[in-house]
Amino acid sequence: MGHLSYEESIKKVYRGLILLAGVTLVEVFLSLLGKGYVIPGAEEYKVLIYIVGLGLIGLSLYKAYFIIYEFMHMRYEMKGLAMTVLLPTLLLIWAIIAFFQEGDSWKGRREQIKEKNEIKEGTQQGFQLRQDDFEIRNLG
Amino acid sequence: MATTDTVIEHEIQEEQDLWSGGKQPFKASYGKLMMWYFLLSDAFTFAGFLIAYGALRFSSPTWPVPDFVFSTAPFGIHHAPLIFVTIMSFLLIVSSVTMVRAVQEGHRENKNGVVFWMLLTVLGGAGFLMCQAWEWTNLIGTEHMTVTTNPFGTHTEDGVYLNADGSESDETFKAGESYLLHKAAGGGHGEGHDEGPHYETEVGDYAGYAVNEKGFVLRKFKVTEGEDQGIVKAEALGPAAFGALFFFITGFHGFHVFSGVMFLLIILINAASGLYVKRKNGYEMVEKIGLYWHFVDLVWVFVFLVFYLL
Repeated sequence: MGHLSYEESIKKVYRGLILLAGVTLVEVFLSLLGKGYVIPGAEEYKVLIYIVGLGLIGLSLYKAYFIIYEFMHMRYEMKGLAMTVLLPTLLLIWAIIAFFQEGDSWKGRREQIKEKNEIKEGTQQGFQLRQDDFEIRNLG
Repeated sequence: MATTDTVIEHEIQEEQDLWSGGKQPFKASYGKLMMWYFLLSDAFTFAGFLIAYGALRFSSPTWPVPDFVFSTAPFGIHHAPLIFVTIMSFLLIVSSVTMVRAVQEGHRENKNGVVFWMLLTVLGGAGFLMCQAWEWTNLIGTEHMTVTTNPFGTHTEDGVYLNADGSESDETFKAGESYLLHKAAGGGHGEGHDEGPHYETEVGDYAGYAVNEKGFVLRKFKVTEGEDQGIVKAEALGPAAFGALFFFITGFHGFHVFSGVMFLLIILINAASGLYVKRKNGYEMVEKIGLYWHFVDLVWVFVFLVFYLL
């Protein structure tokens, strides 16, 4: 604000509306493309799904940037203010890497536990059979 | 209005002292700066929730596909993936834009403009809340999703369904396809079960299906591919974390929208009563609640991304 005239700043707001609505529509289109709604069978291609995913994340980050810098006027605040608010969010990058890695590891553990449980069930059955043998021999 | 006058006098005095240090930090008022820091801390709360969602989603072998889960809209619309939630997003974006307009009119000290655009913002927020109420009602009431139960499952193998009597049907499916479990009693999920098969309501194992303790019908199917080929299996509930994460995260966001609407209403009434005219600071309260309102829109960008798009 400030350096723009009233009419100019109003125009800028409505351009922002069209931009955000347009980006949202593109996002929905991309998402449906990745799920195989636009072109049947497209969801079979792993590469496409990755590209769509990255595109969606990129567009969402762009929307976030636009909302913060234009609608919330961060562009017109002092640099120090912007940095004290924006820099701490960089900590989240590590949180995302660490926790997603952790989640992936849980998946591996779950499969391991499932396998172990199956083996345990097997040995318990075996054990019971042996006990039966033992009892029968004793009775005999 | 003696008290209001003294408050205003006090505030003007404080602005002159520039936070009493003689120099205003970051050339911003105390309230505005603290609103930014509140929003930063709130962003970390939301980030915590969303990262937990990501970690749990990564840890599950399957996850409900959003375009299957969110494909219903009011007035009996089915198989319309993501349409309703796109409308909800538009409502928030539009209300964000009207908020910017209210702040602009405030800078011009135009009282009627501020009141008009804030009123539109409140309507947008209330519309969003109504949409969310419908979405939750549909998920809980007709689709039987709760915090602990998630009826949206995913097939991990190709197969063919069995009929209720145990014979093979002609309904085939592929690995990765989603299904919604129905309750044995009390009808399906609103799609009008036209002469569908009759399921027993008692818990038990039947020829072509099983009914679990929660009353869900788990249809049986024969695997047609892979190492388990020919084995008959039954559908299972989807990952339970999905329901809890969905209701807690969208609920927490909805609570922000709700409190935002309440604060907007309070400041709307204050503005209409002429309170901010006397402060002569370009309707700074409107600017501050505007920051909060844009933040709610900002969070929705990411909730929309992880729950509905990816």
